[in-house]
Amino acid sequence: MRYLPLTPDDRIDMLARIGAPDVESLFASIPENKRLAQNLDLPKRKTEIEVQRLLSKMAAKNVVAGSAPFFVGAGAYRHHIPASVDHLIQRSEFMTSYTPYQPEIAQGTLQAIFEFQTQVAALTAMDVANASMYDGSTATIEAVLMAHRITKRHKAVLSGGLHPHYAEVVRTISRMTGDDVASLPPDVLARENLADLIDADASCVVVQNPDVFGNLRDVSGLSAMCRAKGALLIVVFTEAVSLGLVKSPGEMGADIAVGEGQSFGNSLNFGGPYVGLFAARSKYLRQMPGRLCGETIDADGRRGFVLTLATREQHIKREKATSNICTNSGLCCLAFSIHLTLLGEAGLKRLARINHANAVDLANRLSCVSGVEVLNNTFFNEFTIRVRGDADDVIERLAAQGVLGGVPASRLSPGQGLDDLIIIASSELNTDEDRATLASALQGVL
Amino acid sequence: MMNRPEHPIQTKDSALLRAGTFTSNRGLQIEEGLIFETGRPEVTGVDLDEPAPFQSRLGGLEREAPIGLPGLSEPETVRHYVRLSQKNYSIDTGLFPLGSCTMKHNPRLNEAMARLPGFADIHPLQPQSTVQGALELIGELGRWLMEMTGTAAVAMSPKAGAHGEACGMMAIKAAIAAKGEGATRRIVLVPESAHGTNPASASLIGFEVRPIPAKADGAVDFEQLTARLGPEVAAIMLTNPNTCGLFERQVVEIAEAVHAAGAFLYCDGANFNAIVGKTRPGDLGVDAMHINLHKTFSTPHGGGGPGAGPVVLSERLAPFAPVPFLRADGEELRLVEHTSEAPQSFGRIAAFHGQMGMFVRALSYMASHGAGGLRQASEDAVLNANYIRASLSDLMSQPFGDQPCMHEVLFDDAWLKTTGVMTLDFAKAMIDEGYHPMTIYFPLVAHGAMLIEPTESESKASLDLFIATLRDLALAALGGDAERFIGAPFDAPRRRLDETRAARNPILKWTPPAPR
Repeated sequence: MRYLPLTPDDRIDMLARIGAPDVESLFASIPENKRLAQNLDLPKRKTEIEVQRLLSKMAAKNVVAGSAPFFVGAGAYRHHIPASVDHLIQRSEFMTSYTPYQPEIAQGTLQAIFEFQTQVAALTAMDVANASMYDGSTATIEAVLMAHRITKRHKAVLSGGLHPHYAEVVRTISRMTGDDVASLPPDVLARENLADLIDADASCVVVQNPDVFGNLRDVSGLSAMCRAKGALLIVVFTEAVSLGLVKSPGEMGADIAVGEGQSFGNSLNFGGPYVGLFAARSKYLRQMPGRLCGETIDADGRRGFVLTLATREQHIKREKATSNICTNSGLCCLAFSIHLTLLGEAGLKRLARINHANAVDLANRLSCVSGVEVLNNTFFNEFTIRVRGDADDVIERLAAQGVLGGVPASRLSPGQGLDDLIIIASSELNTDEDRATLASALQGVL
Repeated sequence: MMNRPEHPIQTKDSALLRAGTFTSNRGLQIEEGLIFETGRPEVTGVDLDEPAPFQSRLGGLEREAPIGLPGLSEPETVRHYVRLSQKNYSIDTGLFPLGSCTMKHNPRLNEAMARLPGFADIHPLQPQSTVQGALELIGELGRWLMEMTGTAAVAMSPKAGAHGEACGMMAIKAAIAAKGEGATRRIVLVPESAHGTNPASASLIGFEVRPIPAKADGAVDFEQLTARLGPEVAAIMLTNPNTCGLFERQVVEIAEAVHAAGAFLYCDGANFNAIVGKTRPGDLGVDAMHINLHKTFSTPHGGGGPGAGPVVLSERLAPFAPVPFLRADGEELRLVEHTSEAPQSFGRIAAFHGQMGMFVRALSYMASHGAGGLRQASEDAVLNANYIRASLSDLMSQPFGDQPCMHEVLFDDAWLKTTGVMTLDFAKAMIDEGYHPMTIYFPLVAHGAMLIEPTESESKASLDLFIATLRDLALAALGGDAERFIGAPFDAPRRRLDETRAARNPILKWTPPAPR
C-alpha cells in the first residue's frame, strides 16, 4: 500500500525488538470475541488511477457552478479566487502543520492568525476578533451563548431576516440548554419591529445585514434600543464582501459581530469547509469563544506570537470553558487572509462596487420581465423576487435549461407562505450575457 | 497541548546564540514584517475594472470611513506567505509525534480530488437534481463509516471533533427526553483522562459533568463508575483507546452496566486510528461516536483546521439524528433538510450539509487503502508506537508500567526527577534536533506527561533515528547536561516566547504606531 512505508521484514524486526510473537498480540487488550477475524466488508485497495476514476465519475454527475449562468447565494457566494491563494495555502508548512501549540516552530501560522484577527477587526470595525469559528452559523450560536453569559439573561431575539439555517441552529442548541428564543417570522421586506421583544429577559437581539432576502438594515437605532434595555446587539453577515461598501457592524453599534468568511479565498465546496468570523467589543474579550493569538517577545527580545488567554478554553477549563471548540477553520482563515491581503482596501472596495453594480443591473433587467417583481428597496449583491407560479418549479425549469437561477425561499423556510419567492445573488463573476440569459430564461419559463 | 512555562524565560544571551546580522536574518530564516507594516492601502494584487456609473441601491448605508486594510501586490503577497510558511514545522518536514492528534501523511491525491470542480465549485443550495454526484459521495462515505464502526446511522454535518461530541450528546439528550426522563437524567460521567472537549461539550448543551477516576493501570475505574450509575445519569463519555494509549479492556462490561442503568455510552473517536479494521465500536456497545476525519482519515490539519466530525449512531439513537440527512427517493438521492420531515430529529447544528471538502479527501483516502489497507494502517500505527515504547522504556518511565500500548505511548517525568530538566525543557530540546515535540502535560493523569504518537506513516529508518535522538537527549539529561535543555530551543525561528507577558497585556491585533 503506497502510503505505508514498513516492509514485511521491518515488521518482523520490530516485533522482535518489542518481544511480541506477532502483531495480533499487541491487540490482546481488545476482548477476543470482539476482534474482527476478517477484513471489513469494504472494497479492496485502489490505485491512484482507480481512485481518480471513481471520484471523477461522481464529480461529473454534478452541474458545476462555473459551467452555467450562476445566481445562487443565500449564505454562500461564488467569487473569483486569485490563483496564488490556493497555491499558498497548499504550502506543506501551512497545510500539514498542527494547531500552533509549539510557538517557536509555528510562527508562520501564528503571525498569519494575528494578521487575520487584525483584518477581521478592521473589516467589522470591532475591537477584537478571534482565530476563527467553523462557519457563520456556529459563530452565531456562540455569540448568543456569549451574550447569555455576559448579561446573565437567557432569551435571544432573532430577526426574521436572519438566515433560516442560522436561526434553526440557535433554536436547536437553545432547546438543549433550556434558553428561550423569540424568532420573528420571515421578514421579506425588512419591516419587522424588534423593539417590543426586547424585554428584561432578553440577552441579545440577532440581526443580519444584508439580511437573507438581501435587504440592507440600518441597525443603529436598534443598537441604542438594546443598550437602553441592557441587551446586546449581535450583527450577523453572510456576505463578507458587503463590508467593503456597506456600513459595518461596529459603525452601527454592534456588541458582537459574527459572520461567514467564505466569500474571501474559499470555494463553494457544497457548503463546507468555510470560516466563521467572530469579533466583539474589547470589554467582552474574556467571554469570547475560540482561540486567540497575541503578540509577545522571545527570550532574545524579538517579537513573536503565541496562542493566549487559553484559560477561557476547553483544554484548560474543561466544563467551565467559554466554548467546546478546539479545531477551528485554520487553513480557510489563511485563505481568507491571503485573498484580503491581495485585494487590499482599494481592491476590496472596487470588488464590492462591481458586485453591487452587477446586482443593480440584474434587478433592473428582471424588473422588466413580466411575472417578476423585485421586492427589495435596498440591497448589496443579492435580492428577492416574486414570480408568478411556484418558485421551486421555476428554479428546476431554469436548471433544466442550464441556468442556476437562485434559491427558492421555501427551500430555507418551508410552509411559511414564501412559495413564490426566489433569492438571487450576482457577483463579479456574472457577465452581462449571464444576466441577459437569466432574464430571458425567466421570461421563457413564466 | 499547551506549554507550561516552568522556568522563567531566560533573556540572557546564551553562548550558543550567533552574532547578529545586519538584517537579523539567518540564512534561510528570514525575518518578515506584518502586512500592516509593508502594505499600502492603495496597492492591490487583484486587477479589477471599475464598473460603469450606476444608481446605487444602498439606501444611504454606504461605508464611508477608511477600513484600515493594507494591500500587497502579488509578488509581495507570495513572498510574504512563503516566508511565513518557512517558520512552521509540518508533517511534510518530519516526524510529528503529537499524541492524540494523529499527524499522519496527507496524500496529495486527496487534495486533487477535493479540487475537482464537480466537488469544489458546487453550491449547497443548487437544485438537488444538479448535485446527485455529491450526494452519492456523502452516502458512500457514510456507508464506509457505518461498516467500520458497526453502527446503524451517521450524522454527517458536524464540523470537527468537538462539534461531533456535542451532536452525539444532543442525540442522547433527545432520546432521553423522548423517554420522558429529560428532567431527571442530567448527569454525564467523564473520565479524568478525557480530552477537555468532552466535559465542555456535555456542559455546553446543558448536562452536569462529573469526573470518574482512573485506576493504577490507566483504565477507567469500573467499580467507581458502576457505583455512580443511577437514574440521574444520562451517559458516560469514554475515550477508547483512551488518552493514555490503552484500550479499555472492560468496555463491554462498561457498556452493559451503562445500558442496564438506562444510560448511553458515548465514545470519543479521536483515537480510532488504532482500531480500524480490528474491532467495531458498535459491537462493543457504543451508542454514539464521532470520527475525526482530520485524524484517522488524513484530511490535513491546516495549522488548526478545518476538520470534520461525523457521528455514528446506534439503532436506538438513529431516529434523533440531526438534519440534514440523505434519503433515497426512487432513483434520486435527496437531502432531508427540515425537522418538519423528521419529527424526532433533534434539529440542526450548522448551516448546509457538512464539510464536503473533507468528505472527498476522506473517501479518497479510504478507497486508496481498501479494507485490507485500513487494517494494515492500524496495525502499523500500533506497531510503530510499541517499537518506540520498547526502545525507550529502559530510560524513560511510564506511569502505568511497561505494557503494550495502542497507537500512542505515554511517558511521565518521574525519570527526570533529579535532573533539573522538566518535560517542557525536554520537549524544547527536541526542536533543536529537528523534531516537533510530542504532546506534553496531557493527559493530566500522568505527571509531566509525554504522549508520543508516531502514526503508520513513519518508516523504520525514521523511527530508528527518532529513537536514537530521544535516547541521546535522555542520556544527556540523566548525565547532568541541563544546559542543553533549559534554554532550548536555540536554533528555531524563535526562542522561548513569553506567554505570561502575552496574557497579562493582550495585544491581539496590530495597531498603527503613535505619530511622533
